[in-house]
Amino acid sequence: MTTRADPALGKPSGTPAQALGAVLLQHPLLRPAAALTLLLVLDAMLLPGFFRLEIKDGHLYGALVDILNRAAPLMLAALGMTLVIATRGIDISVGAVVALSGAVAATLIGGTMVIHEGVPAYVANTPMGVALAAAIGVALLCGLWNGVLVAAIRLQPIVATLILMVAGRGLAQLITDGQIVTVYYQPYFFLGSGYLLGLPFSLYVVAALFTLTLLLVKKTALGLFIQAVGINPVAARLAGLRTATLIVLVYVFCSACAGMAGLLITSNIKSADANNAGLLLELDAILAVTLGGTSLAGGRFSLAGSMIGALIIQTLTYTIYSLGVPPEVNMVVKAIVVFVVCISQSSEFRQLLKKRTA
Amino acid sequence: MSALAGSARGFSSVPWFTSLVTVVLLVAMLVAGGAAYPGFLSLQVGFNLLIDNAYLLVVAIGMGFVILSGGIDLSVGSVLALSTMLTAWLLQTAHWHPAAAILAVLVLGALFGGAMGLIIHLFKLQPFIVTLAGMFLARGLCYLISTESITIDQPFFVTVSQTQVPFMKGFLSPGALIALVVLLLAVWVAHFTAFGRAVYAVGCNEQSAAMMGLNVGATRIGVYALSGLCAALGGVLFSFYMLSGYGLHGQGLELDAIAAVVIGGTLLTGGYGYIAGALSGVLVLGAIQTLIAFDGTLSSWWTRIVIGGLLFAFCVVQRVMGGLRGGRA
Repeated sequence: MTTRADPALGKPSGTPAQALGAVLLQHPLLRPAAALTLLLVLDAMLLPGFFRLEIKDGHLYGALVDILNRAAPLMLAALGMTLVIATRGIDISVGAVVALSGAVAATLIGGTMVIHEGVPAYVANTPMGVALAAAIGVALLCGLWNGVLVAAIRLQPIVATLILMVAGRGLAQLITDGQIVTVYYQPYFFLGSGYLLGLPFSLYVVAALFTLTLLLVKKTALGLFIQAVGINPVAARLAGLRTATLIVLVYVFCSACAGMAGLLITSNIKSADANNAGLLLELDAILAVTLGGTSLAGGRFSLAGSMIGALIIQTLTYTIYSLGVPPEVNMVVKAIVVFVVCISQSSEFRQLLKKRTA
Repeated sequence: MSALAGSARGFSSVPWFTSLVTVVLLVAMLVAGGAAYPGFLSLQVGFNLLIDNAYLLVVAIGMGFVILSGGIDLSVGSVLALSTMLTAWLLQTAHWHPAAAILAVLVLGALFGGAMGLIIHLFKLQPFIVTLAGMFLARGLCYLISTESITIDQPFFVTVSQTQVPFMKGFLSPGALIALVVLLLAVWVAHFTAFGRAVYAVGCNEQSAAMMGLNVGATRIGVYALSGLCAALGGVLFSFYMLSGYGLHGQGLELDAIAAVVIGGTLLTGGYGYIAGALSGVLVLGAIQTLIAFDGTLSSWWTRIVIGGLLFAFCVVQRVMGGLRGGRA
């Protein structure tokens, strides 16, 4: 789901074989995939047994599964963020939405102990379906709010979503009454730490949402519309696209993904922390999207790239933890990665390189 | 502004109007507070607003320049944290002289900001992504120094933190005085120097600024260096205030600083607004916190919700006013 808008790359190549090579080399997924492979190879060399997978109690265990499982919330957030960034927008309220939806779900479910036939059991305060729907509903409302601010009131996206970023955590704390809400209801844990057919359930959630989005974007005109808005919003509107509706839709989708990520996170840690759930997740999501080759200037986007980007970030975190390096170094490494990726993406840098090689 | 002909346009012009609204809001909040809670409307409560938010004022001033130039700096919170950390480490572990430590921190802060400005300018990157990376970098560097909080017991810092400077029947802290001096300096720089004019010009329209022969690159780098310097100075004031260096200091401060600047009447698209608005913005934020503290029944998270609401109101007002003025994007 990528197009090249770079005229410099349209130059004629020599033989067909060369052309094929050039196409492969210029494939937008090449760089993120290469980075991930490099990281994995590095891990395989540094960490003995990195690729070992074993089956315990019918579940698949291993570093790779662990990375995938832990990357799930980030992958969801990155999925939504990709489409927002594709329309030249940005959504920095993702972390706050994660906290909000988690707080709603955890507060509604909670869990009270009931002695049933002499066996203590925990019962949800609200039916789980209702609680999940409410959490996602709140996330959708957040998205609607962001979308209306951007599309109708025409605030800059970073400012529009900043409002929810500031207020969202406050609202989440309001819901949880400033406490960390612990969930005791067993079935809810399945979402974030359950296993289905040997694989973590969260992976199925990510895979389903990813496939759905990919189908929507590739098999309908939606992807084209999003690209059109990202490349030139005015031209897209003049061409008859309902850009405002499209932008609202994209923000709603992003918040829905964030809300889903919030459910996964609260279910995984069995509690909702309004202060720290999804803290800085928006930054990681933006980083994942950038790493995946999506242009921050809008128009050029890659859903698969963002997934790879999220995996790169999680693998990096995993590597740093397993090597026994203080986890705080992670931030420095991430910062350097952002600098390198952004600078290497910029056309000024490419021109500089061209001058050097010429 | 010529008196009559300009007054109609002048009144509805964005920076003027929103700045005025903020001052009215501040006065209204103080009066309402005074009516509701005995003892609220004392001079010292007002001074305490300044004392408790001196570091925020300094950071918001730096942010004001960046926003006036049409950019944004998300790294200020972590640069502040890094400065407290570095100050504490230089004093406690390296046993530097306080003056040398403060000077080193300020220079490093300016260099850090300047480097980000250089990257933004050289590679034409969006400010928010570069300063985002800067935010990660500074926060990470904090933890590289130490993951624990470092307590400062250096005599000079302890003395400064305990000094009360008598001022108009009340007292101010040295930090608050420094912040006020910085504010005066910043107003002078913004409105009476070539650099200040260049910042406004670049914020209004970068292309025409460049065509006028202004050095856009130098201005931009200067603006981010200034913001870094202000964040570092904010860090020094913060370590006077807290007497410690910690990597978790100033979390979310960039949002408060942006909110203060916006509430102070500066347009986020750049080019319009007053540096002095940072003072009213910071005081409004401080007054909200004080009101909530005085109330006692409201929990602290209401602060964030109210700030979010104010931010929303001001952005929308700016947008509507901006639209009336002929639609700047």
